[in-house]
Amino acid sequence: MNAPNKSGWKPEMQVSEDGLHNGPSTTTGNRALMLEEPLIFEIGHAETTGVDLPEIDKTHTNRLAGFEREEPIGLVGLTEPETVRHYTRLSRQNYGIDLGFFPLGSCTMKHNPRLNEKVARLPGFADIHPMAPQQSVQGALQVIHELGDWLCKLTGMPGVAMSPKAGAHGELCGILAIRAAHTARGDARKVVLVPESAHGTNPATAAFAGYAVEDIPATPEGRVDLDAIKARLAPDVAAVMITNPNTCGLFEKDFREIADAVHAVGAYVYCDGANFNAIVGRVRPGDLGVDAMHINLHKTFSTPHGGGGPGSGPVVFSDALKDFAPLPIVRKLPDDEGYELVEEEQRKHRGQSFGRMTAFHGQMGMFTRALTYMLSHGADGLKQVAEDAVLNANYILRSLEDILHAPFADAGPCMHEALFGDKDFGGGLSTLDLAKGLIDEGYHPMTVYFPLVVHGAMLVEPTETESKASIDQFITAFRSVTERALAGDETLKQAPYYAPRRRLDETAAARKPKLAWSEPED
Amino acid sequence: MPRYFTDEHEWIDVEGESATVGITDYAQEQLGDIVFVELPDTGSQVEKGGEAAVVESVKAASDVYAPITGEVMETNGALEDEPALVNTSPEEEGWFFRMTIGDASELEGLMDDKAYKAFVDNL
Amino acid sequence: MRYLPLTDTDRSDMLAKIGANSIDDLFVDVPAVAQLDGPIRDLPMHASEMAVERHMKSRAGKNLAAGDAPFFLGAGAYRHHVPASVDTVIQRGEFLTAYTPYQPEIAQGTLQMLFEFQSQVARLYGCAVANASLYDGSTACWEAVAMAGRVTKRHRAVLSGALHPHYSEVVKTMAQFTGDTIADAMPAIQTEPDNAGLISRIDDDTACVVVQYPDILGRIPDLTELADAAHAKGALLVVVNTEPVALGAIKSPGEMGADIVVGEGQSIGVGLQFGGPYLGLFAVRDPKHVRQMPGRLCGETADAEGKRGFVLTLSTREQHIRREKATSNICTNSGLCALAFSVHMTLLGEKGLRELAAENHRLACKTADRLEQIPGVSLLNSAFFNEFTVRLGGKPAREAVRALADKGVLGGVSLDRLYPGVEALNDALLVAVTETTTDEDIEALATNLEEVLS
Repeated sequence: MNAPNKSGWKPEMQVSEDGLHNGPSTTTGNRALMLEEPLIFEIGHAETTGVDLPEIDKTHTNRLAGFEREEPIGLVGLTEPETVRHYTRLSRQNYGIDLGFFPLGSCTMKHNPRLNEKVARLPGFADIHPMAPQQSVQGALQVIHELGDWLCKLTGMPGVAMSPKAGAHGELCGILAIRAAHTARGDARKVVLVPESAHGTNPATAAFAGYAVEDIPATPEGRVDLDAIKARLAPDVAAVMITNPNTCGLFEKDFREIADAVHAVGAYVYCDGANFNAIVGRVRPGDLGVDAMHINLHKTFSTPHGGGGPGSGPVVFSDALKDFAPLPIVRKLPDDEGYELVEEEQRKHRGQSFGRMTAFHGQMGMFTRALTYMLSHGADGLKQVAEDAVLNANYILRSLEDILHAPFADAGPCMHEALFGDKDFGGGLSTLDLAKGLIDEGYHPMTVYFPLVVHGAMLVEPTETESKASIDQFITAFRSVTERALAGDETLKQAPYYAPRRRLDETAAARKPKLAWSEPED
Repeated sequence: MPRYFTDEHEWIDVEGESATVGITDYAQEQLGDIVFVELPDTGSQVEKGGEAAVVESVKAASDVYAPITGEVMETNGALEDEPALVNTSPEEEGWFFRMTIGDASELEGLMDDKAYKAFVDNL
Repeated sequence: MRYLPLTDTDRSDMLAKIGANSIDDLFVDVPAVAQLDGPIRDLPMHASEMAVERHMKSRAGKNLAAGDAPFFLGAGAYRHHVPASVDTVIQRGEFLTAYTPYQPEIAQGTLQMLFEFQSQVARLYGCAVANASLYDGSTACWEAVAMAGRVTKRHRAVLSGALHPHYSEVVKTMAQFTGDTIADAMPAIQTEPDNAGLISRIDDDTACVVVQYPDILGRIPDLTELADAAHAKGALLVVVNTEPVALGAIKSPGEMGADIVVGEGQSIGVGLQFGGPYLGLFAVRDPKHVRQMPGRLCGETADAEGKRGFVLTLSTREQHIRREKATSNICTNSGLCALAFSVHMTLLGEKGLRELAAENHRLACKTADRLEQIPGVSLLNSAFFNEFTVRLGGKPAREAVRALADKGVLGGVSLDRLYPGVEALNDALLVAVTETTTDEDIEALATNLEEVLS
């Protein structure tokens, strides 16, 4: 096992007896590199600006129909140096992948290659208009088509919709296509089956599409209960939504059998592709009988998470569903005539499309990044991605199962994430306390309290972009915090101590919501 | 003034032709700090076992079901500004709504305080 | 492989720790039918950074960038100058590579930024509360219709004929599945927006009236009149704005009585990007409607030591808690685009936004005046901000746009592209002008258009 840290630091160097950095207080509230930063409204002014524009010419006649803005908007400005400093200071209060290990389960926080960023900023991609004449954007249409082709080949599925803006939007796209397919054959089905371990977006999506949602129970070994599904399947079932690998980090080994049973009653299989990173380049969902699956480009294909988006959620389709995909789509013209954006007027090509999900063609800025990533890895590299991601997760599982409750560890290997529970924690300590303790150790915590089927769940997804040394150091830290939790170490209840903020009062925030800045009253 | 309880942890006080409904001390403890209560519209019809209100903590939203069928006559406006009343005084100041008693026989299936205490002890 | 740190030695050491003989042992649960014998066929193998960049550059090189041509396209996406410091900020790894701020103690950067962003959007729209952003303007428009249904408990939405047709299509697509009734219309090709026609379609079952401001033809409708008419029937007024810079020159929708204001934020900080990622803005005038809003909200609170801090709040509305009862299935927002918007808006400030708006309007007026001098070309609008409609005297606008592109001029968006096959709109061209438009650009458009039409 690696030493926790190679800087020469030893535990006895702790600053004070209580283990806390209790130096003298400072006048500013700053602590050296950790700088407090006010809101822009507290430092900016209405008359300050960081851009140089012509002064308003009041003599110029306007054609605003008498709707000129008279009241102040209430915005404030900062000059460029003040702006850069404000946001630089804010950025230092954030944890990101660039800073450290970010094992957030189900979110696939892998390294974001910088070539992706460079390519996305080429003016030929970044500075083109979505409604530009098609002859002037052939390269962009080609990229969309190329990326779609990669997704089809990686999944073994024949159709793709590129426009969905994020994973949940892709899910919606898949379920709407399923509903359109049923409707097209005059088959009004009412129910979508969703495993109880599913992401919350699954039931929310199915309900939005007008379906009643029914839970499918899990087996004691953390997989979908095949018998329960078979028993429930009937002609009123429109679809089954299954995440594979599932949210317990396990491969659904009965998936093909489930898919066959679903198809036998005329229903479709929706696969939530959130965890595709575990199998990319190694397993094709099309071979498992999937009819529709969204792919989070921001997870598997390394586009940045950006503090909560933008994502991108293309959907691949089976033959049965591909003609119901939303418009617009990009078509390759025969005889090397280039590419065509199929919009409304050409509906004749796609008479069964269920409609349009967004104003334009999808997240082009994410397409360029994802394609760059795919080309970098190639078919061989992507296979290695899945294998290293799974290897890292199993290594963590087996390095912690002796000390942490690992409910499905006996069921065999996990896929890309390892799941633990909070059994045997002492002193009323919970998963939350352990997570906050990890923050003090310099880690972003894993996903906590999800999936709901495990008490105090902790879902650890290392991804393939961590070195063995990094993972070993994490294991050392995780074990030490776990030991404190098992021993009922009270100090964990107040953790984190060393983050930019201590625990925040979420109850007060929700009881009296303050959602916008206002002038102080005094 | 008889008080009855449901197995979904609502209480109902019967006062002549009308009744007052809230959630029990056990329920508020399970939910943690209440941050918001969504109350039914005055004049709306509620059905026994049907959703009548929603009570929210930071991380959870739970439905509150009507113990009996009837019409909502009045709701507890104090909860709008001070949802914490459900935590501090669940069975008095933190009441949710008053309703008419559509069918008094529906009360018969509910628990009295002794039965409810036994029910909770067994959970 | 440059993104994969494990060495072969690491891999065999780790397999030993796990107790597996080979990596295949970890994939034993994959059924035989889906086991492959090697890398997926028909795809290239890995490539160097240089080779990949070359490949992607070859694609980019086939596109005519807006900055390389006289450029006049709008219709929901606008080219504005984005200060260099905006991109510097959003490329900081602490913003770029962070996740949704679920651990607020180590995400105050993102959270404070979102609080500032919400405050900026609320003020720009004249509203009380804005959310932390949605995917884009069109999806925000649908979310507003859905929210109006929840607030009024009615299920009929009346859409203005001059709402962006792609926005109308998104709303109609979604409504097919929810069962809401959508009353839409074609745009009336006339000087002024058809408020009377819109008002006549509001009835007692109407949940909301949806109107674009400025509208798809660039006209500026009187929102006060529409708000009064909607409210008289118990309906909400939803106002859609696709060009936020306009709100530096014209009254805010909130002050004119809009109940829900949504829009596209792309103009500020985000860039064209061939249609995405963009930035959905969503705000409500009346704070009592907050709990019916979709999407994430950031709120102020304090930490255990009493220091001010920010958290995501009111999350019981969202899918991860409410599951099938959530206000929306939305999971992500458009965080990094919200940051770009907020940085650019901070650089502009009140003064900068007003000057930017004035400059856009001045150049648009100048362009309209110049185009009107072309024989056969007439200006439709009596009023506009930075985008207007010209008619080409019966000549098909779509062909004119293509012919202009052949001459290296990106001359606007034809209404035929937006409303394919509608005869009455066939000769109408939407022309957008921003601060990036030069006098030479205006002249290039005018002379080439004259040539194309003759």
